[in-house]
Amino acid sequence: MSHVKTFPSRARSNDHERMPGCRGSLLLMLAIYSNPKWLSVVRGAVERLTETLGFPPAQCRSITRAVDEALTNIVRHSYGNRPDQPIAMYFRRAHRQHDGEVQRGLEVLLCDRGLAVNPTALQARPLEEIRPGGLGLHFIRQSMDSVEFSRKGPTNRLRLVKYLAQANSSL
Amino acid sequence: MQISTRYHDKTTIFDLSGDIDFANSPEVRRSVLSEIQENRAPRVVVNLSEVRYIDSSGVASLVEGLKASRDCGSRFILFGLSTAAREVLQLSRLIKVFEVYENEEQAMAS
Repeated sequence: MSHVKTFPSRARSNDHERMPGCRGSLLLMLAIYSNPKWLSVVRGAVERLTETLGFPPAQCRSITRAVDEALTNIVRHSYGNRPDQPIAMYFRRAHRQHDGEVQRGLEVLLCDRGLAVNPTALQARPLEEIRPGGLGLHFIRQSMDSVEFSRKGPTNRLRLVKYLAQANSSL
Repeated sequence: MQISTRYHDKTTIFDLSGDIDFANSPEVRRSVLSEIQENRAPRVVVNLSEVRYIDSSGVASLVEGLKASRDCGSRFILFGLSTAAREVLQLSRLIKVFEVYENEEQAMAS
């Protein structure tokens, strides 16, 4: 089993205290290797999770798309298309105060141990250009309420949060 | 994801099914570009009615097909977009760049 890589852990410090909004309980944890064949498996899980949490169908699709595109970016850019590198995902309840009310949502934390990502490179390209590529980050930003990247030691951490409209909340 | 190819008069029709993502979009890209650049198909029609999901790399493959067809003076047509496929083309503002039809009959009659 010497080929088995250690999967990155969620947090090594109390850094969650610095994040905006409050973090809730862990709903789901997934660990995969960076082979693109596992992308469809994760999409299936995220679709079911978001449906169960009461997100409307369009948001279930957009959250699933955001996670899928984020994983693809990890495989391509962080791991340079190597298929045997570890990726860990943590899905938690999230909530925040919004317009005087508590708004509930879903936090997705994706962790990898690939190359350090230059945050300034995380810019979506202008959509006026008709050319292949560069759309993934655009899809992520359009889908989520919050997109934060950080590097903790050897671990890249991408935190995505989507809040649920009050009427739909079953969180 | 599965790709099958049909030929009708001077039209090549690609029937795609399943999910198009980073795992298989290179195959879509290869198939489409080969038909346009090597076989010089005057009209390429892509049937997306059985495609449940398409990611940014799949969209990129379609954009490459469109560009190649423009370079070769051929037409590149999509039909049967699912809700998910239509959403990503709208999000990327590419929906108006492609020639899109509801069904095969309309695409073939265009």
